[in-house]
Amino acid sequence: MTAELVRGQNHTLPRTRLEIRVSAGSPVVAGATLGDEHGTVRGAEWIAHPGSPQLPGLEVSRQAAADHRLAVDLDALPETVHRVTVLLALPTGAGRPDRFGAVAAPFVAVTGLDGTEIATFTLTGLDTESAVAALELYRRQGAWKVRAVGQGYATGLAGMLADQGIDRAAECAAAIHEAVAAGSARSVTPPPPRTPDGERVRHPAGPSAPPAGGGQPAAPAPGALGDSGAAAGSTASGAAGPGATPQGSPTPGSTAGGPIDYAHPRRQTSAPPPPPPTVPPAAPGEPARPVAGDATGWSMDERLYNQIWGMFEDLARAVAAYRSAVDFADSRMEQEIDRALGDPRNRMGGAGDRAREEARAKREELAARAREALDRDLAQLAAESAVVEPALPAAYAGWDNPVWHGYRVPMEIPMALRVGDLHLPERTDLRIPLLVRLPLERGIWIDSGRTASEAAAAADGDALRRSAVETAVALAARLLAVYPAHEFSVHVIDPAGSAAGPLAPLTASGVLAAPPASGAGGVAAVLAQLTRRVDLVQMAVRAGAADSLPPDLDVGEHLLIVNDFPHGFDDRAVTQLRYLADEGPSVGVHLMMVADREDARAYGPVLDPLWRSLLRVTPVADDHLADPWVGHAWTYEPSRAPEGSRVLEQVLALVAAARRTDRR
Amino acid sequence: MTVNMTKGQAISLQKSDGGTLTAVRMGLGWQAAPRRGLFGSRTREIDLDASAVLFADKQPVDVVFFRHLTSDDGSVKHTGDNLVGGAGSGGDDEAILVDLQRVPVHIDQIVFTVNSFTGQTFQEVQNAFCRIVDETNGQELARYTLDGGGQYTAQIMAKVHRAGNGWQMTALGNPANGRTFQDLMPAILPHL
Repeated sequence: MTAELVRGQNHTLPRTRLEIRVSAGSPVVAGATLGDEHGTVRGAEWIAHPGSPQLPGLEVSRQAAADHRLAVDLDALPETVHRVTVLLALPTGAGRPDRFGAVAAPFVAVTGLDGTEIATFTLTGLDTESAVAALELYRRQGAWKVRAVGQGYATGLAGMLADQGIDRAAECAAAIHEAVAAGSARSVTPPPPRTPDGERVRHPAGPSAPPAGGGQPAAPAPGALGDSGAAAGSTASGAAGPGATPQGSPTPGSTAGGPIDYAHPRRQTSAPPPPPPTVPPAAPGEPARPVAGDATGWSMDERLYNQIWGMFEDLARAVAAYRSAVDFADSRMEQEIDRALGDPRNRMGGAGDRAREEARAKREELAARAREALDRDLAQLAAESAVVEPALPAAYAGWDNPVWHGYRVPMEIPMALRVGDLHLPERTDLRIPLLVRLPLERGIWIDSGRTASEAAAAADGDALRRSAVETAVALAARLLAVYPAHEFSVHVIDPAGSAAGPLAPLTASGVLAAPPASGAGGVAAVLAQLTRRVDLVQMAVRAGAADSLPPDLDVGEHLLIVNDFPHGFDDRAVTQLRYLADEGPSVGVHLMMVADREDARAYGPVLDPLWRSLLRVTPVADDHLADPWVGHAWTYEPSRAPEGSRVLEQVLALVAAARRTDRR
Repeated sequence: MTVNMTKGQAISLQKSDGGTLTAVRMGLGWQAAPRRGLFGSRTREIDLDASAVLFADKQPVDVVFFRHLTSDDGSVKHTGDNLVGGAGSGGDDEAILVDLQRVPVHIDQIVFTVNSFTGQTFQEVQNAFCRIVDETNGQELARYTLDGGGQYTAQIMAKVHRAGNGWQMTALGNPANGRTFQDLMPAILPHL
C-alpha cells in the first residue's frame, strides 16, 4: 500500500534496501547528501552527485535525466549517518529552464527493490527555485523513516548546500554542475563493470543511460579489471569532483560562484576533431581491412584508446562464444553417452559403441564449427592488432615498439598508459594492451610472491623478487617518460638496499627526486614528506585555498615505490602507507608496492584493504585479471624492454636531460 | 513490404533478393499510459520489457534482458530499458539487435518475449506491437500486434531459429503470465 505523502508528512520505512524513483518532465540532476546526528553534512565527501555517484550504501545517476533511480541501502551507510537528503536541481546551461516553476512538478517515489511503491511525493508549488530538497530518510529510534520535505532554494544548489552546513558550498555546487556538463559531453564510454546479476539496478533507456554502472556494493575481486575499467572512463567526472586533483596549476578556488567553465580542462578548442582515417571499401565477401584509429574520439589518442578497448571486448566475446559452444558440445556428448549406456539393449553387441562413436562425432563436428568461427574472429582481430600496434603513441606502445626510439619529452599528459599485455589461451600471440587511465586512479602492486602460475613456480624466489623490481622500474620509467618534465616525481623506499641492482636505471640516470631511502629513518622521512603533501593539498582543495600552498610544494604528481614491504616499517609507518594508499590518488600521490603478501602476514587482515585497493600485476605471466564483460581469466604479462635493449636507459636519459635544462 | 503475422505463422528470414539476413532487430513499442487529469504524476506507468533467450538444443544458454544487456558472446544486444513507453505511433521503445552472423554455432533458437514489469495486462496497454526489422536497411519484415491480448501480463512473441544455412522466424504469440522472462520459462519450453 502506497503512502501518498504531503509536505512535512513522514512514513516508516518497512525495509532498508530501497530505490528512489524520480520522474520530472525535463532533465534534472539528482543527488543525495548524508547528514550526521545534528543534520550536518560533514564535507564534500558526504555528497553523492553525478561527479561522485557512489557512496557506501548509496548510488545516484551520473547524468541529468528526466527519470532517475537512486539505489539506497540504509544498512550499508556508515553508523554516523543519521540522515539522507535526496535533492534535485536543474542543470545549468543556455536554453534550459532555470526554475522549477517552468517545468512539470517532479514526482518522487520510494520503492522496494521489486518496484513496489512504499511512499510517493509530488513536489508541487515550486516557482523560482532551481534546487529542491525532495525527501529525507532519517533514523528515529533505530528505525528509518522518510519525510516529504519539498524545500526549494531560489539560490540553487549552492544555497541548498550552504543551508546544510557545507563549507565552500558554491564550489561544491559548481563542481556538481561541471560534472553534469562533463557527463553529458563525455565521449569515452567506460566499459561497463560486470556486476552480480542480483545487484544490478535498472536504468532507464535512452542515450544518457550509463551502461550497467549500477549498484556494486560488493567489492570486486582483487585485481579485477572491472574496477579499473569503470574507473577508466570516469576521469572527467573524477577530476571535476569536490576532492579533485590539482593538475598542473591547482585552481579550484577560481570557479567559486562564477560562471561555470564548460571547457574540457585539457582540450584547448572545441573545433571539430580531424576526420577519422578512411576505411578502404572491403572486397565483396571479405571483412573490411582494419585501420588504426577506427573508433570514435576527439583525437587520435582517444580513438586508439577506444579501438583497443573495442578489440579487448571483441576478443572476450568471441572467446566466450567459442567456450560456450564447446561446453555445450561436451555436455551433450556426455548426456548422449550416458543415455546410450543406460539403455540395457545397448549392453550387448556393438550398439553401445556405435552410440558412443556417434555422440563423439557430433561433439567433434560442433566443436570444429565453433573453432572455425573463432578462428575467423581471431584472424580479424590479429589483423587489426597488426595495424594498431605500430600506430600506437609511446604511452600505449610496448618497449619493443620503435616509437620509443624517437621518444621526445611530451608537453601534455596522455590519456592512458600501457601497463602490460593481456592474452587468452585460445591464441597466446594475440596481445591486447592493458591501458589504464592517467592520472592513475589507484596504485599498483607488483606481486613478488610465488603465485599459482607455472612461470612463478619455476622461478626461484630471488629471481622473482629481482624481476618484480625490474617490472616496477620499467613502469616507473614509463610514467616518468609520458609526463611533461616537471610534473612527475618518483620516490623510492628500499629499506635494506636489496634492490640496488635492478633500480640502477632510475638511480643512475638521475631522474629520482632523491636517492632511494633506506633504513627505518629513511622510510619514516619519505612517508612523512608525502603524508604532509597529501594533507596540505587536501586541506587546500577542501578550503578552496590552493594558492596558499607553501611555495616549496611542487604541484606535480608523485609516485612512491616501496620495495621489501614491510621490512623497515613500524606500525606508524604502516598506518601512513595505508593513508597514502587511500587518500593519495585523489591528490596526485600514487603508490607502487613491490611486495610479497606473505611477508606482511604478521599484520593479519588489517592490510587486506591495502592490497585490495591496488591493481595487482605480476612480474611473470599470470592469469589473474578478469575482463569487465564476461569475466574470463586473462593472462597478464608486464611490458619489459627486449633483451639487450638500452631503450629504457636512453629514454630515462632524455627525461633527466629535460629536467636539468628547464629547471626553474 | 511488411507481413502482418498471425499466430503460428512462420516466415523465412531471407531477403527479397535471395541473400540471407545478417542482422535483425526485434522492436517493441507501446503507448504510455494516459496522464491522469491534474495529477499527471500519479499516472501508473506501463513498463513493458523485451527479452531474448538463447537456446542450444532446448537448453537456455544465455539471456538478454534489462539486467544483462549484451549476451556474453556479443551477438545479441538490448538497447536499453524503457520504463514508460512512447507515443504509440509505431516507433520502437525497446529494441533487441541480433547479429545473426555472430550468433555462436551451438545456438539454434532465440526466443523473444515481452513482459509487463509493472503488472498491467495487455488489455490495458494501447497500441502495443512487436516487429522484426532488417537492420541493414531498416525494412520491416514482420509485425505482430499485441492488442486484445486479454488478461495476460506476458507474451512469447516469436522465435528466430536456424533453418538450413539461414534463419527463419516463427510468430508464436503465446500469452502467458509473469513479471520477467524467468517466469516464462515453463511456457517457452513447449515452443522449442
